[in-house]
Amino acid sequence: MIPMSYYLILSSILFSIALAGIFLNRKNIIIMLMSLELMFLSINFNFIIFGNYLNDLVGQIFVFFILTVVAAESAIGLAIIVVLFRNKNSINVEDIGRLKG
Amino acid sequence: MNIELIIFLIFSALVLASAIGVVVVNNPVKSAINLVFTFFSSAVLWMLLNAEFLSIILILVYVGAVMVLFLFVVMMLDINITQAREGFVKYMPFGILLFFIISGLLSVFFYSQFENTDENIVLSIDLIGTDNTKNLGYLLYTEYIIAFEIAAVILLLGIISAITLTHTKNQDTKYQIPSEQVSATKKDRLTIMKDSGETK
Repeated sequence: MIPMSYYLILSSILFSIALAGIFLNRKNIIIMLMSLELMFLSINFNFIIFGNYLNDLVGQIFVFFILTVVAAESAIGLAIIVVLFRNKNSINVEDIGRLKG
Repeated sequence: MNIELIIFLIFSALVLASAIGVVVVNNPVKSAINLVFTFFSSAVLWMLLNAEFLSIILILVYVGAVMVLFLFVVMMLDINITQAREGFVKYMPFGILLFFIISGLLSVFFYSQFENTDENIVLSIDLIGTDNTKNLGYLLYTEYIIAFEIAAVILLLGIISAITLTHTKNQDTKYQIPSEQVSATKKDRLTIMKDSGETK
């Protein structure tokens, strides 16, 4: 039987790795999106753990919906990156402001 | 030490190592592969938490679809790595500091709050049986049916917006314009010339 606090500490370390990743790779928008995926993963961990803790399946239902929304979000984000690269020939975050429609 | 704890320790170490790999590796293809590995290891951990359906979904949907999309985009773009890594070393101490502050605070909080709750954790949640997939489907199709349909609409929105963003119209393609075809009158197409009747 694994203590619940182990899982919670694991998810909090994962979350802070992702936060540091967004902070460090601020020029590279693809790594930023990947760090965002890591953040969502740690949040999903928390939902499943607390769902087990509270003896409620709604935590897992919520994870299901988060996975759906994140899939749509990453598809749109990658499409925006493709458009950005096609127009500006770079994936620098600072160029997004100059995309203009 | 029981076998569950050993599996947990191995795979949590793998999750953390490959998550660090995602952040620090300088080739975007390698960091996408690291992200795939993170998802695989956390699927094993979700299996330990008795979320079998979600762990399979994580592998099928995430590793199978979303990460392939990531790899596809990363390989399609010709990224200037040295420009993309600009400022990485400069902000490294701040990043490490941020990591230790946030993870330390969260870990201390969680450890102090849930230290003695390891016997409270439930092994499996039973609604209509012991089958995790059956229970999830039961809840999803009765109580959360509207949310389920909204999720379907969100996926449709994702498809439409991704296509409209990336689709470019080819100039050489010949296509009809129905509104011009319908609004054409006899005068646009037909000109009547008067024949003078003379012959040369």
